[in-house]
Amino acid sequence: MSDISLVVNGRNVSASVEDRTLLVNFLREHLGLTGTHVGCDTSQCGACVVHVDGRSVKSCTMLAAQADGAAVLTIEGLADGATLHPVQAAFREHHGLQCGFCTPGMIMAATDMIRRHPEGLDEKTVRAELEGNICRCTGYHNIVKAILAAAQAMAGGAAKAA
Amino acid sequence: MGMEGIGARVARKEDKRFITGAGRYTDDMVVPGMKHAAFVRSPHAHADITGIDVAAARRMPGVIGVLTGRELKTDGIGNLICGWMIHSKDGTPMKMGAWSPLAVDRVRYVGDAVAIVVADTKAQARDAAEAVEVSYAERPAVTQALDALKPGAPQLHPEAEGNLIFDWEIGDSKAADAAIAKAAHVTKVHIVNNRLVPNAMEPRAALGVYDKAEDHYTCWTTSQNPHVARLVMSAFYNVAPENKLRVIAPDVGGGFGSKIYIYPEEIVCLWASKKTGVPVKWVADRTESFLTDAHGRDHVSEVQMAFDADNRMIGLKVDTVANLGAYMSLFSSCVPTYLYATLLSGQYAIPAIHCNVRTVYTNTAPVDAYRGAGRPEATYLLERTVETAARELGVSPADLRRKNFVTQFPYQTPVIMNYDAGDYAASLDAAMKAADYAGFPARKAAAKAKGKLRGIGMSCYIEACGIAPSAAVGSLGAGVGLWESAEVRVNAVGTIEVLTGSHSHGQGHETTFAQLVAGRLGVPIDSVSIIHGDTDKVQMGMGTYGSRSGAVGMSAIAKALDKVEAKARKIAAHLMEADEADVVVENGALKVAGTDKSVPWFQVALAAYTAHNLPAGMEPGLKETSFYDPSNFTFPAGCYICEVEIDPDTGLTHILQFVAADDFGNIINPMIVEGQVHGGIAQGVGQALLEGAIYNEDGQLLTASYMDYTMPRADDLPSFVVSTSNTPCPGNPLGIKGCGEAGAIGSPPAVMNAITDAIGDNGLTMPATPQKVWAAIRSAAKH
Repeated sequence: MSDISLVVNGRNVSASVEDRTLLVNFLREHLGLTGTHVGCDTSQCGACVVHVDGRSVKSCTMLAAQADGAAVLTIEGLADGATLHPVQAAFREHHGLQCGFCTPGMIMAATDMIRRHPEGLDEKTVRAELEGNICRCTGYHNIVKAILAAAQAMAGGAAKAA
Repeated sequence: MGMEGIGARVARKEDKRFITGAGRYTDDMVVPGMKHAAFVRSPHAHADITGIDVAAARRMPGVIGVLTGRELKTDGIGNLICGWMIHSKDGTPMKMGAWSPLAVDRVRYVGDAVAIVVADTKAQARDAAEAVEVSYAERPAVTQALDALKPGAPQLHPEAEGNLIFDWEIGDSKAADAAIAKAAHVTKVHIVNNRLVPNAMEPRAALGVYDKAEDHYTCWTTSQNPHVARLVMSAFYNVAPENKLRVIAPDVGGGFGSKIYIYPEEIVCLWASKKTGVPVKWVADRTESFLTDAHGRDHVSEVQMAFDADNRMIGLKVDTVANLGAYMSLFSSCVPTYLYATLLSGQYAIPAIHCNVRTVYTNTAPVDAYRGAGRPEATYLLERTVETAARELGVSPADLRRKNFVTQFPYQTPVIMNYDAGDYAASLDAAMKAADYAGFPARKAAAKAKGKLRGIGMSCYIEACGIAPSAAVGSLGAGVGLWESAEVRVNAVGTIEVLTGSHSHGQGHETTFAQLVAGRLGVPIDSVSIIHGDTDKVQMGMGTYGSRSGAVGMSAIAKALDKVEAKARKIAAHLMEADEADVVVENGALKVAGTDKSVPWFQVALAAYTAHNLPAGMEPGLKETSFYDPSNFTFPAGCYICEVEIDPDTGLTHILQFVAADDFGNIINPMIVEGQVHGGIAQGVGQALLEGAIYNEDGQLLTASYMDYTMPRADDLPSFVVSTSNTPCPGNPLGIKGCGEAGAIGSPPAVMNAITDAIGDNGLTMPATPQKVWAAIRSAAKH
């Protein structure tokens, strides 16, 4: 067993977990944060993407014990209260989701993608960066649109703030 | 309220929960005392079970129970069934082999379930499943349908001699032969439709809860049709009578057909819950999904298309062998027959058609409907044949199609279907314009100058949707009716709940169905809630597949709304002391036409429930139900054009543009319709370029994870150019044809016609991987 302490969505969490417990199982089964999904078990589909210390991570490929001391952000913690994160809002506005199963991972991957590209994004870059996230419903068309729109909205917001 | 009614691009109501992580899928459900299951599965494609030793597994930490097929049979749980009877052309019924939810004496494919282990945690259940010792005596296996038909092939089921399930035909063989005999030109094509794995992103899951005090079962499951699941589990598998079984399909993460069927796991979880006394949850991992979800396609066909001297199609003859896998899945028999061969006329007037279909058992996962189901196979066959014919005849593929289009409606094909409305030339023209078809030769020349091979291909598809008129499908062998039901429940304050038998697993019903109601009554869309997916809430339903939720499900709502509106007008007329015939529903109120007399909607609803002042003899309340049974299939159709560029050094195909021009009849929400088309095209492009389920000779599935089975990813696809035209469907009150499957039906031949145009090889098979394309280019260069 491993004793772990971490911050999840701004809340301090301590637990004793089996050594083999994956971060995704810890989030889903111990904390009840079921917004993070398991789609493939082999780090291919990205339905389980969360942020660990600000970077996107496939939580099916990380042990909970490895997240000891880290700050984890899941889809449940992304919105600012009732105000949606711009990426969440863009996914809705541009119909970037259908069944919703890949969506949390897509949104978490997209927010990290936008952070890593302060210079801005184009369609080709977004498609290449989405390599690690599989969607079976949308054909990616509207996901790409949503991410581009969110990146632009966030750049606009940053420009205003500056 | 036009902004929220039919035709409006309304953002989806259901999105809020999905984008905030608040969706509720089966694996998210937690009930008190819940334990976890793992299945012991056959590692062999074909073997006799000579012994099962569960003693070691029972001693493992956390284990609550280990149950086998013998116990299941002792408890009277029934075999899985195929619900659509097909008779061979000699009149004999299809040969259905026994499929026990847990194998008893023999396993017939890798992944066949043998035992279930229930333990405190999922990890413990899996550990214990590893400790179950099953002794197998291996038998030879066969995985390809043509091999399974050969003399001496391994036999799967004693019921089906030579592995032949049925040998069926449709159309007029003599007429087709005569057309071929007198033809000026006959195009002969060998068509392989590759086996696919549906791969909804949410793996299948089931949570079975037995309530001893009530002798009642609840099943949460990843289903596209919970009422059908309940019906089948009650009537055929003896799990429990319908009134003692509640099936809930909460948020479901995609289906594409694979979640229509009732699989062994939900039956076994329910039974195991009673046996062990604890709620039992099972969630497939991705490899289990690959191994055991019903696969799609897997046809091999020989085609002859006959033309007269004027290039008119005069006959079509098709001989198809379809692989149905190790067992007959729930609707497996209708896919390669009535959902396939009845569409072989395509968009064309072909006076003589004949199709023979043999279906075959093999040691592979069961095969059933996957997005399009039969219609993609028909479209792929026809559209590759027409394109090949155009090349052989030296005419433009567009002209050859146009010349042979059906132009007068209704049109009776020689293979049952009666096309009710369409304008195929309009879609062709729209697609050619959007793709700048005329400018292609210049683009091809420019690509050639850069050392690239460019090709363009088209596909004109038709499908039969809005499944389906009950009496018609009953006469063809269906075991169920394919109507839909709806209940419109107006509350006392005027808010509305619609309970529908359709099931949304990504289609956005909570929005589109609410748009229908909001538009009809002129009430805010937020005052309308759509309830689905629970047999305790919704009276009855047949579920969502076959692009039926709009044409059939919404028509049921429209019919129920008619009744609600009629009663509301009676009440309003009484309140306003007006003639009922003068009362109209407008902008959330009931008004006396031509006057300023008006009662708000909520006030009519309140009057219905206070019942203080109703017309004499009227029952209180404002709630109506309707069962809608369609009078015909619907016939969405369209034209897809794909343009590709191929690097001859690597064989890599790059899709430069993909244009879709569809006729879906009337459209409720264009945003959602476009999304359906995008997703369908991606699956079709996946089939054409990337996807294929591969079994080795021993029956091991080599493509059993996302590291081995190539799913389309964002950088494999372009953005799509989509448009719609509209010939309203005359067969249902809303004029809807359906849009859920078109993309997957129309796109594979467009991609393949483009690639074969580029490389000059008409025989290329799907998936057109870089390796295959590279080899084809090399082979063409040698000749």
